[in-house]
Amino acid sequence: MQAIADKDGVKRYLVTLHINGDSYTRVVKANTLLVNFLRDDLDLTGTKKGCELGDCGSCTVLLDGKAVDSCLILAVEADGREITTIEGLARNEKLDRLQAEMINHAGVQCGYCTPGMIMSAKALLTRNPHPTEREVRQAIAGNLCRCTGYVNIVKAILAAANEEVGEGSGDE
Amino acid sequence: MSEKYAVIGKSVPKIDGRVKVTGQAKYTGDLKFPNMLVGKILTSPHAHARILSIDTSQAEKLPGVKAVITHRDVPALKYGISPARWDENIFCIDRVRFVGDKVAAVAAIDEETVYKALKLIKVEYEVLPAVFDPVAAMQEGAPQIHDEYPRNINTEIHQNFGDVEKAFAAAHHVRTDQFTGQRTYQSPIEPHSAISIWEDGKLTVYTSTQSPHYFQYYIAREFGLKMGDVRVVKPFVGGGFGGKLEPTGLEFAGAVLSRLTGRPVKMFYDRHEMFAHNRGRHRQIMKITTGVDKDGKILGVHADFIMDGGAYTSLGIATAYYAGAMLPLTYEFENYKFDMYRVYTNLPACGAQRGHGAPQPRYAFECHLDMLAEDLGMDPLELRLRNARRPDTVTPNEFKINSCELKACIEKVREISGWDKKKGKLPHGRGIGIAVGSFVSGAGYPIYRTNLPHSAAMIKVHEDGSAATLYTGAVDIGQGTDTVLCQMAAEAMGYTYEHMKIVAADTETTPHDFGAYSSRQTLMSGAAVKQAGEEVKRQILETAAAMLDIDVSTLDCREGVVFCQSNPEIQKTFAEVAREFFVRKGPLVGRGSYAPPKLGGKFKGAAVGTSPAYSFAAQVSEVAIDEETGEIDVKAVWDVHDCGTVINPALLHAQVHGALFMGMGEAVWEEVVFDEQGRIKNANLSEYRLPTALDMPEITSQLVESCEPDAPWGVKEVGEGATIPTMGCYSNAIYDAMGVRVYSLPLSYEKVWRALKEKREKEAGGG
Repeated sequence: MQAIADKDGVKRYLVTLHINGDSYTRVVKANTLLVNFLRDDLDLTGTKKGCELGDCGSCTVLLDGKAVDSCLILAVEADGREITTIEGLARNEKLDRLQAEMINHAGVQCGYCTPGMIMSAKALLTRNPHPTEREVRQAIAGNLCRCTGYVNIVKAILAAANEEVGEGSGDE
Repeated sequence: MSEKYAVIGKSVPKIDGRVKVTGQAKYTGDLKFPNMLVGKILTSPHAHARILSIDTSQAEKLPGVKAVITHRDVPALKYGISPARWDENIFCIDRVRFVGDKVAAVAAIDEETVYKALKLIKVEYEVLPAVFDPVAAMQEGAPQIHDEYPRNINTEIHQNFGDVEKAFAAAHHVRTDQFTGQRTYQSPIEPHSAISIWEDGKLTVYTSTQSPHYFQYYIAREFGLKMGDVRVVKPFVGGGFGGKLEPTGLEFAGAVLSRLTGRPVKMFYDRHEMFAHNRGRHRQIMKITTGVDKDGKILGVHADFIMDGGAYTSLGIATAYYAGAMLPLTYEFENYKFDMYRVYTNLPACGAQRGHGAPQPRYAFECHLDMLAEDLGMDPLELRLRNARRPDTVTPNEFKINSCELKACIEKVREISGWDKKKGKLPHGRGIGIAVGSFVSGAGYPIYRTNLPHSAAMIKVHEDGSAATLYTGAVDIGQGTDTVLCQMAAEAMGYTYEHMKIVAADTETTPHDFGAYSSRQTLMSGAAVKQAGEEVKRQILETAAAMLDIDVSTLDCREGVVFCQSNPEIQKTFAEVAREFFVRKGPLVGRGSYAPPKLGGKFKGAAVGTSPAYSFAAQVSEVAIDEETGEIDVKAVWDVHDCGTVINPALLHAQVHGALFMGMGEAVWEEVVFDEQGRIKNANLSEYRLPTALDMPEITSQLVESCEPDAPWGVKEVGEGATIPTMGCYSNAIYDAMGVRVYSLPLSYEKVWRALKEKREKEAGGG
């Protein structure tokens, strides 16, 4: 990685990240968090910050297809790697099935955990297209939601995995 | 067109669903403005200390720092959300009162510089004795936290209705129990954030708020600005649950930093600072005495409570009153006494959290009733049915109850949970419990005294009729008011939901509304929206009548079509009529406003708990307890609600799920814990344990038929009601499973384990 030092001796690194299919080359500090790089440098604010400690999962993105907390990854660590953020899921006008089912099943309330939740679910369905309810719950156990009790989120993910499952919320 | 309603009563998708799943929805922290600075607040490391000196000179010299402010740079006027006790300063002047109290603030070009600058501010403190327990704080000689409040008593309540002593004397059985709650925190996933722009005498604040109106009112007051020169805008808000109801240091300090630098300033709390700012649920110590006759009829209740208020008042006066005022809602009895002390301690201030003051007393009362039922040899569900409130009754504290289907809720939850097959019949280690609850559908009076209507709305139909925009001050913080209000607008107008747009919660562009608290918006904002929609519809019908040359009384409008009721062949589209209206008369606008009727009695504190309507709920839960570890595994929860007419069933049940989830967290895990110096030990989301997707039981949410006469289309609240019964419900289920009672919240594994151990030891000793 190419590095340049400023007058105080603080080094900056030249990195290229492949995000949502496009490549971005930027100069970053060694301690720049991936979440801040996405939000501040690239204006990809769909990735949220809830705790900056890896507890809440709001900043979940896919790093080479795996769900990670982008507040626990440095931008320099992501150099040369493939990243998918919530902005990269919909294809033009067409929502990803997970996004559509989150709306259909009323899995969205305040929406702050939603992008991270969807990214965790995306990683799950990519590696396991037909998960059980238990597997869905395990996959999103690191994504905290304070609004929904996860009830409709789980339904939405199951519906996205299997067109047969779950029409409507099941409540009366 | 046989269905009664065309738009309401349907689970339409959320109006903001798409922007939220694509990441396009902008929350305050996502906003950027040209030349924007970043600001942060320096807080106290001591729970109680005198400020001897503050030296900001080193911080000011740091390159990139644009302003450093302390109490010397801001108005000394005290503020607070409760007008009766303004007790906070933007920055502490001579004394800090909790770990996290505001001392100074910095604005700089970036976050890194801000943090460096905060470290360079030198504050000299003289540490004072501190007190962290409300009972200790009330003793003579305890450290005095505010000079104006002897024995640290912030609020003292003594209400007496009927004659409790006489009722107890006449009772077949009287018992007293004491329970203790815990401090919890709302923990919205979005941290608080505010961007202040003070330019040319006008202050604009973008902020994560539940009430732009109260923010505007209190910010204007603090700086001596006219209301019209303060604009408060709510972008998307990532949850509030009561914690974002009052302005914080972010708005006040941010405004001053912006004025001094002439630049936009973004301020935010990190997760730790959110816990320190707090305003979460008060810890209550609750002694309850109840007298019953031999059939289990409640004759009188005495609620004797103390609550830990923390260092400031916040919304705590209302909380203190709510704690007692809400107890008689669910059961009919005439004699009621309520005593309460809300006490200052050197801990972060407590405020209004979902269910405001009511959940902990409800936990205490519902446990206590189960214990009474056992004393009488009665089924606890039967005891509740025998006492359950009926419609068209008045509580001893003079709340008028119109619709009330509590009995139907209890009967239905009995049936769907299989209560009769399970109660007392499940194998050891497995148990079932019941509790009920009730909540206001909007506070009957605003937080500060004013004769403004509680809600107002305006609808503007686009020139060609192809869309209509609802302008409302109502605040969607995730619960879905933007969606349900658009459904209500379309229903009232005879229009379609799909063509509705909304502009909400911006004090400059939308009409006044008090905001998102006390579960008020579906009823109150809804009433204003309905009126505005009906005004649009009236003008549409009049215009159509002129176009068709037909008597207006023969016309109706539904789902975007104006038609003749006797001959539906004669019709015009809403859009063409709206366009014609614009050609003839200009903008087609409807307006509405709502103020509740005068409610409540004349005694001190009579206003708190009044509401035009009350929701009711009954919950049953089934638990399995691990005898070895005390672990509580909740197998299933059934919630049956009376929440009036339903506007959007999917969103309504989602509210029940979320409220129940919060109640469950508070029941089993959640507690803000402090060390002996008053520092929070678990100010993060791993040690402050929110339930995860793996913790949630199977939830069944059902409704009973109900219609509220004093509400638009018969609506009532749901968002807070389902939090209220859960803790008591779990406690009762644990007792049914194991025969042990945990007298304090949370009902942690350790406490259950200890109770089991104690029981075993007692039995071994006794045997």
